[in-house]
Amino acid sequence: MGVVVALTMMLAVASLFVGISDVSLSTLFGAGAHDRAMRVLLVSRIPRTAAILLAGSALAIAGLVMQIIVRNRFVEPSTAGTTESASLGFLVVTIFAPGWPLMAKMLVAAVFAFAGTALFLRILRFVPLRDVMLVPLVGIMLGGVIGAVTTFFAYRFDLLPSVLAWTIGDFSGVLRGRYELLWFGLAATILAYVAADRFTVAGLGRDVTTSLGLNYKAVMTFGLALVAVISSVTLVSVGSIPFLGLIVPNVVSLMVGDNMRITVPWVAALGALFVLLCDIVGRIVRYPYEIPIGVTVGVVGSAIFLYLLLRARGSRG
Amino acid sequence: MRSGRAAIVIAILALLALVSVAAFLTLGARGSWSFVLSFRGKRLLALVLVAYAIAVSTVLFQTVTNNRILTPSIMGFDALYVLVQTSVVFFLGTQMLVLADPHLRFLAEVVVMAGFAWILFRWLFLGEERSLHLLVLVGIVFGIFFRSISTFMQRILDPNAFQVLQDALFASFQNVDTTLLGVSFALVAMASLVLWGVSHTFDVLTLGRAQAVSLGVDYRRTVMTILTMVAVLVAVSTALVGPITFFGLLVASLARALLGDSLHRHVLPAAVLLAIVALVGGQTVLERVFSFDTALSIIVEFLGGLVFIILIMRGAAR
Repeated sequence: MGVVVALTMMLAVASLFVGISDVSLSTLFGAGAHDRAMRVLLVSRIPRTAAILLAGSALAIAGLVMQIIVRNRFVEPSTAGTTESASLGFLVVTIFAPGWPLMAKMLVAAVFAFAGTALFLRILRFVPLRDVMLVPLVGIMLGGVIGAVTTFFAYRFDLLPSVLAWTIGDFSGVLRGRYELLWFGLAATILAYVAADRFTVAGLGRDVTTSLGLNYKAVMTFGLALVAVISSVTLVSVGSIPFLGLIVPNVVSLMVGDNMRITVPWVAALGALFVLLCDIVGRIVRYPYEIPIGVTVGVVGSAIFLYLLLRARGSRG
Repeated sequence: MRSGRAAIVIAILALLALVSVAAFLTLGARGSWSFVLSFRGKRLLALVLVAYAIAVSTVLFQTVTNNRILTPSIMGFDALYVLVQTSVVFFLGTQMLVLADPHLRFLAEVVVMAGFAWILFRWLFLGEERSLHLLVLVGIVFGIFFRSISTFMQRILDPNAFQVLQDALFASFQNVDTTLLGVSFALVAMASLVLWGVSHTFDVLTLGRAQAVSLGVDYRRTVMTILTMVAVLVAVSTALVGPITFFGLLVASLARALLGDSLHRHVLPAAVLLAIVALVGGQTVLERVFSFDTALSIIVEFLGGLVFIILIMRGAAR
């Protein structure tokens, strides 16, 4: 754990000094153009690094919460229709109320994300034979259907470019005043830690939960609300980052097991570290151009997802 | 009785296909007939080729893999084709796209693609028996993986190369790439001939591996032949109109539902005719009646996704 935190700290500091504008210790504190360097640092680099840490840990936690509630290792916002629903909500509010503040738009997206995930869980109820692989499969397809609706309306209202922009996550547009909503993600992460035991119990099913004296419906609703808020906040602030909530909890589970009290901090730290690493790589590979985080994580994430799938081949159930 | 119903269904579909073709060629045409017909004729030929390629490749892929849900495009096939195209530019530079003869390039890409597909399938389908859902999921994630790598490479290319590649990759039912019509036609004809040679085994393969082997089919060779030809057909359709995920699933499922049987001599023509009706007819209706243009692929994606979820749930309920 200490190693992960230390690494994250080091990379976070490095992230402050990687980019097109020359920001380094000598330009910050040396003679000459240091106020410009300071401004870049305060307006762009620090917010960007904060956004990376917040989004990375929150998305990883969202995936963890979903996996526990649905009791399936391969569920996360992008394999349950959550991300696509949030995207549809954001599009609807952009069409009908373009003047609303970002906060209100985010809330509409969150409501849609919640409804979409609830629909996914409802569909799962009609699948009597719960094959492990079937759950993410239905989720990805549902996401595709909802995505098609979004594309259609975006196409009718000439909003396709902006929809494409927020479907690929990108931190390069993060500036001071444009990312503060992500702090909600941190609040959701802390709540997830506090409610960890309840989610674990809820994962055991309705009967067990009720007999242990917990309100099953309330716990489920709370968990889904957390996931919906995290997904919509990150979507509205930086765009969608696929598979992050899937791979990080799975890797943590391989490393330290499945006790929620232990795994939540690990998942949060590793999620932040992973996104930070991918973003710095994306900034360096094609300097001075940047590769958006959604693309980088898409490559690494789908590769790790494939590995996890083929690893699980032997076990059915 | 069975074949009577099949004959009626196929006759009706053939009639509908003819009507769609006629409407596509003549509706809203103004000016010189010879120009209109030659211009639209090229597009029509491309659409029919695509419809044929997608329908045949999907039905046969389902025969070989012994299921009703998997299709080549769900298994990440068109994404693979895009990846091959991107890699060519990435490793050999845009001169390849501009200078090389497009026909030669296309043929080379199809060969590479078929080779890749061959390796992937050998590994997935000729090994041990695996759960169908796992295979589907692996296929989908492969598709996402291929697309991500392509996007990554495209981002690394300098913006000019990226633009060239975008133009090469971006195709739709609207502006079909007609330069490759001749070579596409030749490839599809070649694949059809090869498939004709093994067509007597189709119905037997539906019985599953053990049955087919005991009935005297050289299983491995036949399956690999079919899969290679499927790869060629998918490459052709993707090159002409770009990736369409669910179209094949829609026509194959619908054809079986209409016919009520799954004999290949009924299903194959029915699926091809349905695909022609859907592509040519759908495109005509959208263009001339609603004056949408790129919406057809979105509608297909929406319906296909729904059909897919229903199929998966029915399969799970069984």
